[in-house]
Amino acid sequence: MKPVLMCREVLVDFAGFKALQGVNFEVYPNEVRFLIGPNGAGKTTLLDVICGKTRACGGKVIFFSHDITKLQEYKIVKLGISRKFQSPAIFHQLTVWENMELSLKQNRGLFAVLRAKMSTEDREKIVTLLKRIHLLDYAYQKAGALSHGQKQWLEIGMQLIQEPRLLLLDEPIAGMSGAEREKTGELIHEIALDCAVLIVEHDMDFVRRFSKQVTVMHEGKVLCEGTMEEIQQNEKVAEVYLGREEKAC
Amino acid sequence: MKNKTWLYWLFFLALFTAPFYLTEFRLSLLGKFLCFAIIAVGISLIWGYTGILSLGHGVYFGLGAYCMAMYLKLEDSRGHLPDFMEWSGVEKLPWFWKPFENPLFAIFSAIIIPVLLAAFLSYFTFKNRIKGVYFSLLSQAVVVVFVTLFIGKQEWTGGTNGLTNFSTVFGFSLSSPLTQIVIYLLTVLLLCFIFIFSRWLTRSRFGRVLIAIRDSENRVRFLGFNTTTYKVFVYSLSAAFAGLAGVMFVLQVGLISPAMMGIIPSIEMVLWVAVGGRNSLIGAIIGAIATNSAKSFFSENYPDIWLLFLGGLFISIVMFLPNGLAGLYESFVQRKGRRERRKNEAGSHVSRSVS
Repeated sequence: MKPVLMCREVLVDFAGFKALQGVNFEVYPNEVRFLIGPNGAGKTTLLDVICGKTRACGGKVIFFSHDITKLQEYKIVKLGISRKFQSPAIFHQLTVWENMELSLKQNRGLFAVLRAKMSTEDREKIVTLLKRIHLLDYAYQKAGALSHGQKQWLEIGMQLIQEPRLLLLDEPIAGMSGAEREKTGELIHEIALDCAVLIVEHDMDFVRRFSKQVTVMHEGKVLCEGTMEEIQQNEKVAEVYLGREEKAC
Repeated sequence: MKNKTWLYWLFFLALFTAPFYLTEFRLSLLGKFLCFAIIAVGISLIWGYTGILSLGHGVYFGLGAYCMAMYLKLEDSRGHLPDFMEWSGVEKLPWFWKPFENPLFAIFSAIIIPVLLAAFLSYFTFKNRIKGVYFSLLSQAVVVVFVTLFIGKQEWTGGTNGLTNFSTVFGFSLSSPLTQIVIYLLTVLLLCFIFIFSRWLTRSRFGRVLIAIRDSENRVRFLGFNTTTYKVFVYSLSAAFAGLAGVMFVLQVGLISPAMMGIIPSIEMVLWVAVGGRNSLIGAIIGAIATNSAKSFFSENYPDIWLLFLGGLFISIVMFLPNGLAGLYESFVQRKGRRERRKNEAGSHVSRSVS
């Protein structure tokens, strides 16, 4: 099976601090891949490189057959990669509905948007998605007035409506209650029916419960890959990460 | 919403009929303020909606005004050299003055020159992701450059005095009251058109992209919009508005000088919009008219201390009305709505307990 995303020897250098030191890594279609690792391991930086927020100073990122290493953000989005940020990045002054409207898969050129009208098809799409993320009742409320968990969902919804081929999620369950976490986990698996999902997550219980494949990062490199059980038995991982965490607990 | 549209129509009707109830002097003042209101609409678009604070709109206004003034000056000189050029010892009309003998070219360049300058400037700053305070400072620097240039090149621009002493436009005498009324009505029409156009823009999906850029530009980028294009477009549009305002200003005031496009006027433009409410187009218009009316009222009645009054007004508005006059109106309507709802609820409680 051909990978959706391939990272080859990706290097990132923040003025002397080597955040990523040659990351090699693949994501396959319809996969839910968790990315874990201690603070400063470079997980978020890796997502930043994939979506174009940070430029890699070496190596290549290949998405299907496109080299996206040097593309501008909006072009990467056009190819089908969408990103959810760590703290919910939504438009507070717009309503939930308007947030979704801007996220619709559409021609995003200036003149196309000037003439844009909402079609019934788009309307139905938004309604279906809002139902799925349990926000239909809040459609006409300002997004800034939602609770933290709802904001997280709204942002996930905004990514889903773009029908991406690869979805990047950065700590999607931060600030959610237990029930909300459960729902989010199920939602992520539903999403994976249509696209590949790459998740950075700190919450080990959540990872244990919803992961199939896990990649562990440490000091800017991929340490190992495997299922959660395999990883828990890996001595290197225990040393740098799990062990330390257990001791701390 | 419906009764608000009705208010807009009433407002513009009042402006259109102003020649019937205002003296000639007051009408010319109002006409000048309406030019400022046109600039204010543009600033509301870029600052209130998109979050770009430009402290340099005096330049676009000035460029538009100078373009028109060059035509008026040439028409006044009737084939001779403009007077100020003779004083500076210029013998031949500079080549770039030549095309301004044509009024249509003058009006066209009054729009296109500010737009080109704005597009050039904003493209390079926004592409390199310069924003916030840095952009504001940069826009101020542009003002300084242009003012210095216009004062320095006295033989081409009239220096500190600027361009003045015009007599006719399209062959009509500028001093005749009828011409002035026609120009006033044209200004109202232009303002009305610009207002309707901007309102349509802000209520379309395009307008929501602008607000989204203000809220979180990064998010917009990661939704696949090229935010640079949007910001350059809206910034250039506001420059076009300012250029047009300059044209109408020169026709009514009969004078443009570097002092009118300098740093202080540029900052004042932002203040009008702050007073009116930057998130509201009609607020910006009312802000420009109200602030300038207050300015002329205070300066007429309290010539010694009028600046203190004006300063006090600005401080109190910024401190107590962060969303300007339009914000005051909004919160008044909301409070009224809440009170009515409470009354209704109370009423239903009573009727329930009675039944």
